[in-house]
Amino acid sequence: MRHRSGLLTLFLMLTVIGIAGCGGDYPQSTLTPLGDFARMVDDVFRGTVRWALVVFVLVEAALLVAIFKFRGKPDDAEPDQVHGNAMVEVVWTIIPAVILAFIAVPTVKTIFRTAEVPTDAMEIEVIGHQWWWEFRYPTEGVVTATEMHVPVGQKVVLKMRTADVLHSFWVPQFAAKRDVFQARYTTLWFTADTVGWFPGQCAEFCGTQHARMHSWVVVESPEEFAAWTAAQRVGSPLVNGGVVAPDTTVPAPPVDSVVIKGQDAFVAGGCISCHAMVGTPLAGQLFEGNTNAGPNLSHVASRARLAGGMFENTEANLRRWLSDPQLVKPNTNMKLPRPLTDDEIATLVAYLQTRR
Amino acid sequence: MATSAREHAHAPAPSKTGLWSWLTTVDHKRIGILYGASAFIFFLIGGLEALLIRWQLRIPENNFLSAEAYNQLFTMHGTTMVFLAVMPLSAMLFNYLIPLMIGARDVAFPRLNAFSYWVFILGGLFMNASFLFNAAPDAGWFGYANLTSKQYSPGMNVDFWVIGLQILGVASLAAAVNFFVTIINLRAPGMKLMRMPMFVWMSMITQVLLLLAFPVITVALVFLLTDRMFGTGFYIPAQGGDPILWQHLFWIFGHPEVYILILPPFGIVSEILPVFSRKPLFGYAAMVFSGAFIAFLGFGVWSHHMFSTGLGPIADSVFSLTTMLIAIPTGVKIFNWIGTLWGGSLQMKTPLYYALGFIALFVIGGLSGVMHASPPADLQQTDTYFVVAHFHYVLFGGAIFAMVGGAFYWWPKMFGYMLREGLGKVQFWIMFIAMNLTFFPMHYAGLHGMPRRTYTYVAGLGLDWLNLVETIGSLGLAVAFTLFMVNIFVSFRGRKANPAPADPWNGATLEWSIPSPPQEFNFPEIPTVEGRDPLWTAKRKHGGPLPEPKRVDGSNIHLPNPSYWPLVTAIGMSIMLIGFMAGGLPVNLIGVAILFFGAFRWAFEPTG
Repeated sequence: MRHRSGLLTLFLMLTVIGIAGCGGDYPQSTLTPLGDFARMVDDVFRGTVRWALVVFVLVEAALLVAIFKFRGKPDDAEPDQVHGNAMVEVVWTIIPAVILAFIAVPTVKTIFRTAEVPTDAMEIEVIGHQWWWEFRYPTEGVVTATEMHVPVGQKVVLKMRTADVLHSFWVPQFAAKRDVFQARYTTLWFTADTVGWFPGQCAEFCGTQHARMHSWVVVESPEEFAAWTAAQRVGSPLVNGGVVAPDTTVPAPPVDSVVIKGQDAFVAGGCISCHAMVGTPLAGQLFEGNTNAGPNLSHVASRARLAGGMFENTEANLRRWLSDPQLVKPNTNMKLPRPLTDDEIATLVAYLQTRR
Repeated sequence: MATSAREHAHAPAPSKTGLWSWLTTVDHKRIGILYGASAFIFFLIGGLEALLIRWQLRIPENNFLSAEAYNQLFTMHGTTMVFLAVMPLSAMLFNYLIPLMIGARDVAFPRLNAFSYWVFILGGLFMNASFLFNAAPDAGWFGYANLTSKQYSPGMNVDFWVIGLQILGVASLAAAVNFFVTIINLRAPGMKLMRMPMFVWMSMITQVLLLLAFPVITVALVFLLTDRMFGTGFYIPAQGGDPILWQHLFWIFGHPEVYILILPPFGIVSEILPVFSRKPLFGYAAMVFSGAFIAFLGFGVWSHHMFSTGLGPIADSVFSLTTMLIAIPTGVKIFNWIGTLWGGSLQMKTPLYYALGFIALFVIGGLSGVMHASPPADLQQTDTYFVVAHFHYVLFGGAIFAMVGGAFYWWPKMFGYMLREGLGKVQFWIMFIAMNLTFFPMHYAGLHGMPRRTYTYVAGLGLDWLNLVETIGSLGLAVAFTLFMVNIFVSFRGRKANPAPADPWNGATLEWSIPSPPQEFNFPEIPTVEGRDPLWTAKRKHGGPLPEPKRVDGSNIHLPNPSYWPLVTAIGMSIMLIGFMAGGLPVNLIGVAILFFGAFRWAFEPTG
């Protein structure tokens, strides 16, 4: 029978999709929570899905039974003209209400549990920019971009805002997402319990390159994290801005002649008007209020990704990026005052690659 | 007015064919057909936009579309489908069916009806003209501030969007007043409110939603317009404004808008199911009240679109609970539809296929809706493809299936010939399978971390094959609608061999008591109604099918004269608003002058 075979095909299809959808490798998935916040969210979701499946099966089964059981022919006698049944109608109004109560109670509980921001947590300021994420660690004196390092097992609170339009910071493995605004902070918090690199990306449409606004949570052992902060503190704008005790390490000046030329090109070429850079006159800038502000490049070579996470941080990609950022990522705020010569690009790349 | 027809001397017979007769028509049936044809073309354009989107996303890191082009296409896909396809498809049915179903000769304000259509089509053309300037709206159909500010969207793209929506809003409001008054005032003798066909009930509730929701978006758009044109700062933080204000206003409109889109399809399904089950609608009163309750609650749930903005636990809890409450009346409707089938004698004709498909798919959309009614879960799901899956089950599986079912059901009445049953059923199965192939994997794509509105995605997230399946499904949908057009073409060619009788489906409502297509005056005599399914009652009394109604000479029936002033007035109003982005004050004033002149002549036009 045609109807049956069609429905059967569909059912098989959905089953295949369903099974395949549960396996495989999904590094940005919401279904494999790796932190306390995300786990609470996941529990609520899974509870709801169970109820939804029950309702789905019952309703679709009733529909199918009705379709197959009550099929008539044109010349059949007119069926009983039933107009309704008060008893039945009351029952099927009450049953959904009861099911909803089973969904609503854990929902409201979780709303309040997730709204309690821990007070003993490490704070990270998250700032959205078109189209990259900035991370500031006020107590560690670190300013970085795209890759947010956190120590495993450590509670972190994200205080979040934007420098331009609305964005939404999404860390699916640890804490879901929250939109960011200019005039007030929004918060997320989580404790990561697995070491590794975990991708996320901006979830609120924020203009041309919304799809290219990536972020990573880099979960490390406390020792690795301490080593990372120690290196990032050198020449940090937050340190120099007096937010935390000044770092006394003096960065070693470049010695290689190509690198020195690169540093000169960085200063003379105007890069420093948007990028903080250790060893230059504007190393301490946070560029507040400058919507063209770019990432702090003092330790750019220590990062794995470039251009809001669009590329791997390799020499070839850096070269490509510097030769024509508007071609590579149209509308990016990375605007070169003038096209760079091949020679300038080579020296800049050499210089940037030493900034670890 | 219509019911006092015979007391009047007849009006001069208007010319019945030709372009001029369509430009000046005030006949609700012709205006309905204009709405339907325009909306279907816009639906095809919106569908083409969707296909381009899917073609871009079929593989990761595809360069088929640029980021700018993609952003324009997804914005226009959403805007087109909501404002230029689904809403005007409903408007087609309001126009064509409400007077026929309540036993009236026209709508309450026939010229206002023409005005609504002309404003709608001008707004739709204006919005799409943006493609000619390579400046189609690109900030999303939801146009979140402050991305829409002059600073971050300096081009004309957002201007086209703001002004286009403002024009379309006028059309919707004028139509809503008209249909509300029509339903309240022009019902045939005996048609009490609780005897109205369910489609008329759902339509009336929709008009109330339109009347209450559109002023809100109008205000929101005026703020945005003045922010962009005159430097006000309603949504600009640096000027003390707040982008959140836009979100509240937009969703106070936007959530009722969801019910504006879906209540008329509820009405369609509630007409089709009883006729093809040969059994009255189960729980009529519950259906009426659940529809009204859904509409009422629809104004108290808007912030569920904003859980991720961090409204705090109290607001999150309240909006979550009100949202979940909507599942109860919606569930009542679904159970009552199944109750209508239960114990019936199902006639498996094409319209019934689509109505059954509607129930099966709408249930899925409703259940995923309950999932993100829970703010913690929504924090993961919002702005991902999970939500895209959800509302396509509601709007494609729901609204579009019902609309296509309605098209097969009322086509014979509107055009006087039947559409092919076989082709219609083949189309149904292709559409049903392709719909699930396109949208079901989106649940998984979203849960596995694919955000919405992204022009590409990176390989290695596990999203590749899900997207490929979705794209294959979307091609199936294109095949289904091609088949629909083939069906229309083939059926039209063979219309002489396949004429529609007045009552091809054993209908229950008044529109089936008059010839197909109806004569201009609809009813030679205004019928008197004694129950909910007047035609079934008449057939039972008669002891079988009624004789085919004769076409009669209606030259003594008073009908409103054709008029071109609604068109002139609509042009003036559009020019007035377009002046804000092109030409400035002189153009505004020219528009105002034409508007006033048109309205003045309209007001003092002899009505015959």
